[in-house]
Amino acid sequence: MSHTATQSEAAEPLLTLNNIEVVYDEVILVLRGVSLEVPKGEIVTLLGPNGAGKSTTLKAISGLLGTEDGKVTRGSVQFMGEDIANSAPEQIVRQGIFQVMEGRRIIGDMTVHENLRLGAYTRKDKEINSDIEMVYNYFPRLKERTGLAGYLSGGEQQMLAIGRAMMARPKLMLLDEPSMGLSPLLVKEVFNIIQTINREQGITMLLVEQNANIALKHATYGYVMESGKIVMDGTRDELMNNEDIKQFYLGGGEERRSFKNLKSYKRRKRWL
Amino acid sequence: MNTELLMQLVVNGLIVGTLYGVVAMCFVLIYKSTRVVNFAQGEFLLIGAWTCWWLLMKFELPFWFGFPLTLAFMVVFGIALQVIVLRPMIGEPIISVIMVTIGLSIFFQALMGLLFGHETKSFPQVFETTSVNILGMQVQSAYILSMVISVLVMVAFYYFFKYSRTGLAMRATAFDQQVAQSLGISVKHVFAAAWAISAVVSALAGIVIGMVNGVSSALSFFGIKVFPVVILGGLDSIVGSVIGGLIIGVLENVAEFADSQWLHIGNLYVIAPFYALIIILMIKPYGLFGTKDIERI
Ligand SMILES: Nc1ncnc2c1ncn2[C@@H]1O[C@H](COP(=O)(O)OP(=O)(O)OP(=O)(O)O)[C@@H](O)[C@H]1O
Ligand SMILES: [Mg+2]
Repeated sequence: MSHTATQSEAAEPLLTLNNIEVVYDEVILVLRGVSLEVPKGEIVTLLGPNGAGKSTTLKAISGLLGTEDGKVTRGSVQFMGEDIANSAPEQIVRQGIFQVMEGRRIIGDMTVHENLRLGAYTRKDKEINSDIEMVYNYFPRLKERTGLAGYLSGGEQQMLAIGRAMMARPKLMLLDEPSMGLSPLLVKEVFNIIQTINREQGITMLLVEQNANIALKHATYGYVMESGKIVMDGTRDELMNNEDIKQFYLGGGEERRSFKNLKSYKRRKRWL
Repeated sequence: MNTELLMQLVVNGLIVGTLYGVVAMCFVLIYKSTRVVNFAQGEFLLIGAWTCWWLLMKFELPFWFGFPLTLAFMVVFGIALQVIVLRPMIGEPIISVIMVTIGLSIFFQALMGLLFGHETKSFPQVFETTSVNILGMQVQSAYILSMVISVLVMVAFYYFFKYSRTGLAMRATAFDQQVAQSLGISVKHVFAAAWAISAVVSALAGIVIGMVNGVSSALSFFGIKVFPVVILGGLDSIVGSVIGGLIIGVLENVAEFADSQWLHIGNLYVIAPFYALIIILMIKPYGLFGTKDIERI
């Protein structure tokens, strides 16, 4: 992988997954040797179909696996030079990783302001209130919503989920399908803000998406995952110009693929 | 009809009702954040009152020292109970957890009987008791004090859950444990804190009642009264528990009045709340303020 070479020349990546294996309930093997790197300051995306193991990968990093009876049984999760595999989530949050879970998961019976304050739960400094104002600057429409967060629209809830993550001042933000259930216009808006936050706040992002179009537009590097394995990776341009990616993820590939080709693709994948 | 007596009973009802409200809040606090139905809530009052009585009578500690010491003990007691008994039960079927809390209730009831006997014992006089005239009614100052303390506890709960970091963390945990953990909240700590707060505030209520009525195993009856209150207010609603407490407090006094005037059934004071409980379960099973999707047991 050329990516790895250029990276190691530059600097240690912020996050490195080293051949990790994840098992749920002690028997269900879901990740079978996943390796990936997230360089500091960048947006890296992880693509793949339903059930591929994308959310599981994020939970393995954030420690939330433990809440679902899952465990990293092999490999390592290196964050800033430390192995954090199977650490408690509250510890990992304190080390600077914050996961925005799939489906937003804001606290519906609290106000926007209370949700944001809880994002800063692990902090004890005096800048929490000024950070709330900062979040409102990125998401001005949140400031107008004074009722319970449960009544926010889907887009606003996603913004709140991202804003809440910012309140923890993470070094690495894990975003799980932020485009889910949003209108195309709103998806664009949310991703533009994500990119702005990445640039202005220097927060590194690992972005899980099914919407490869939008994800590759904003990421610098991408991984494709299927059935618990990384089957492809490359820079944004490499992936955008790859025929298989076009065919399966971006939609509307150049030529219609025959069944034979499709099978060869699958076979090739298996040996990757 | 004797309206003066009725008014007096309504006032009594409100006074005892605020105490019910406080105990019910303690119950709801545990249920909301840890999903444990605590059948030993009444024993918390009993343990708190006996501990304080013991410190004051046997060691002749002054109240200003014995009282905070009791509360400190209850913090440790609440945490220990959660960590040693309830934490290993996490993930067990709800009925097993209920069995455990029923067991705790019986155990502490018996233990207190063993240690302190079965007669009612009175507290040393801490405050002067006089009778105060309110709107033409004679109300004992002790009752007014108990009401003031109850209201203060309620206000403290409100501010705790609205503004404190720990209070918000408890609400987050009650709403969605996994999300709470993703925010960096330690669910273990929240559970322990819920039991500690519940034990301390219950003990406070136990001491207040003990100072008015004396300390005896009757205190733990408050733990049973909590059920009509929280079923009326909604198992998971703090506000509901306060309002439920007031309603049940007034209800039992008015029932007593109706009984003495016309019905002559006897004992309605004790039974009426439970009739109410059955009726509420039939017409409004989630209570006045409860969340619809909670599981009924
Ligand atoms: N808590 C769990 N216990 C057991 N199996 C699980 C658990 N969570 C996920 N799985 C299984 O692991 C596999 C990967 O799930 P995961 O949620 O990581 O997929 P995903 O790539 O995020 O899919 P989607 O795009 O639908 O969100 C699935 O087969 C799923 O059934
Ligand atoms: Mg997923």
